Amino acid sequence: MEPLKLVVISAGLSQPSSTRLLADRLTSATRRHLDQSVEVRIVELRELASDIAHNMVTSFPSAALRDTIEATLAADGIIAVTPVFNASYSGLFKSFFDVLFFDTADETLLAGKPVLISATGGTARHSLALEHAIRPLFSYLHAMVVPTAVFAAPEDWGEGDAQTQGLARRIARAAGEFAELLKGKPVHERTKETVVPFAQQLAALRDEKQN
Amino acid sequence: MHFGIFTVGDVTPDPTNGTEPTEAERIKAMVTLALKAEEVGLDVFATGEHHNPPFVPSSPTTMLGYIAARTKTLLLSTSTTLITTNDPVKIAEDYAMLQHLADGRVDLMLGRGNTGPVYPWFGQDIRNGIPLAIENYALLHKLWREDIVDWKGKFRTPLQSFTSTPRPLDGVPPFVWHGSIRSPEIAEQAAYYGDGFFANNIFWPREHFVALINLYRERYAHYGHGTPEQAIVGLGGQVFMRKNSQDAVREFRPYFDNAPVYGHGPSLEEFTAETPLTVGSPQEVIDKTLTFAESFGHYQRQLFLMDHAGLPLKVVLEQMDLLGEQVVPVLRKEFAKNRPADVPDAPTHAQLVNTQLTNAK
Repeated sequence: MEPLKLVVISAGLSQPSSTRLLADRLTSATRRHLDQSVEVRIVELRELASDIAHNMVTSFPSAALRDTIEATLAADGIIAVTPVFNASYSGLFKSFFDVLFFDTADETLLAGKPVLISATGGTARHSLALEHAIRPLFSYLHAMVVPTAVFAAPEDWGEGDAQTQGLARRIARAAGEFAELLKGKPVHERTKETVVPFAQQLAALRDEKQN
Repeated sequence: MHFGIFTVGDVTPDPTNGTEPTEAERIKAMVTLALKAEEVGLDVFATGEHHNPPFVPSSPTTMLGYIAARTKTLLLSTSTTLITTNDPVKIAEDYAMLQHLADGRVDLMLGRGNTGPVYPWFGQDIRNGIPLAIENYALLHKLWREDIVDWKGKFRTPLQSFTSTPRPLDGVPPFVWHGSIRSPEIAEQAAYYGDGFFANNIFWPREHFVALINLYRERYAHYGHGTPEQAIVGLGGQVFMRKNSQDAVREFRPYFDNAPVYGHGPSLEEFTAETPLTVGSPQEVIDKTLTFAESFGHYQRQLFLMDHAGLPLKVVLEQMDLLGEQVVPVLRKEFAKNRPADVPDAPTHAQLVNTQLTNAK
């Protein structure tokens, strides 16, 4: 059996980064919920920051970025973790998903793909950025977003407080839901770009005319 | 095989000193480059068509008509003629007229253009980009091949018993290339008609165009025009040369770094590694251009972008000397080697007239 392919995207900027730490914990929790072999590819967007900016300017990805894009589109599932900046995903995080579609205008390339969303922030007051910004981004892209999104505030890395009910528990719940999606029906296959025969393109114009 | 230059016709300040040519200077410079192309032994000059600053060539047949009168052998073409926003009736007439004036030294490359705002300036809607390209060309194709046309379409007023004048020279329409950077639909259109396909590959990586050109070649064969290898392919190229490689890099870098299309992005080194851009000695340009046939198969037309990003006319003329004297003669010789006999040569009016005579017999 082919190993399950997971791509883990971390948009953390510092090194070491709490965003990456959270990504790693989500990844291992997901592994624990799956009894098949899992192939994980970790993508640190920090390392692709200038490639992503160049892609914006030139409209094509560098070899390294192209490789990451292809792996992301071919993944069985994605774990996407971003720091929250100004009440939303970081610009780098959004830019990566903006250039994902360099070769096509088809915004459904992630259709049906399970995506676990997660974020870090300087205070727990940023946590709903996951629901108001990050979830809609993936909903727009037709991904299957895991119901539980995981936010980690600074206090979560310690014992938590009255409001935070344990990061570990939330990670476990999200990973469990994610694993169920991964185990479920096969992920929507990317359809290879097919050309509409020319006669059909001409005929389509004629039909429209008659209606 | 045809070698030539294509120009966008941008007015861009020279980033090294801020000098910006006037529109008049830029237009005259384009003409100078066309005359130079013939002088140094190139086959083709192609001008862009744009309707917004900082570009000057809004009226290609006016410019090409003037150049036709001042040249003898140069083939005049476009890069590209907007099939979406120009009325196909006017394209049929303008280019047939040019064909007569230039004794057949005319072909054209059709494109959709890439600037959304242009569409409404000519009464169109960018959302119809591809359907416009398809319907307008279907009409243009008919107007050049049928003396009396009855026609009804979606995007323009119907025609009844219409004859576009003048009729194409010798009854043979100008050869048409379909230019595209990313649309498989356009490759399919070119293949359907058995027309040429020009992949403007200068700003993008090779892999992308291999797929697009292979698609065109396969569909060309599918529609019965010949084998995939016989399809008519054109490619772009972009070069800056000096005798010594380091001098070329040093001189071109400020132009690269500030170029309107790719400036302020990747480094010159990264960009030359990924795209056809070559900055170096004439030998390096030869080596890189020869790899095109390995990637894309034997092809018929190679156009180079020489004048852009604010390069002064004097420098561009020096570049064209190098291109004509040191690069193209070697490329002609090298490309001719290993070229199978059944791969057709670049189409010309004389050759198309011949084919028509042969078919008539």
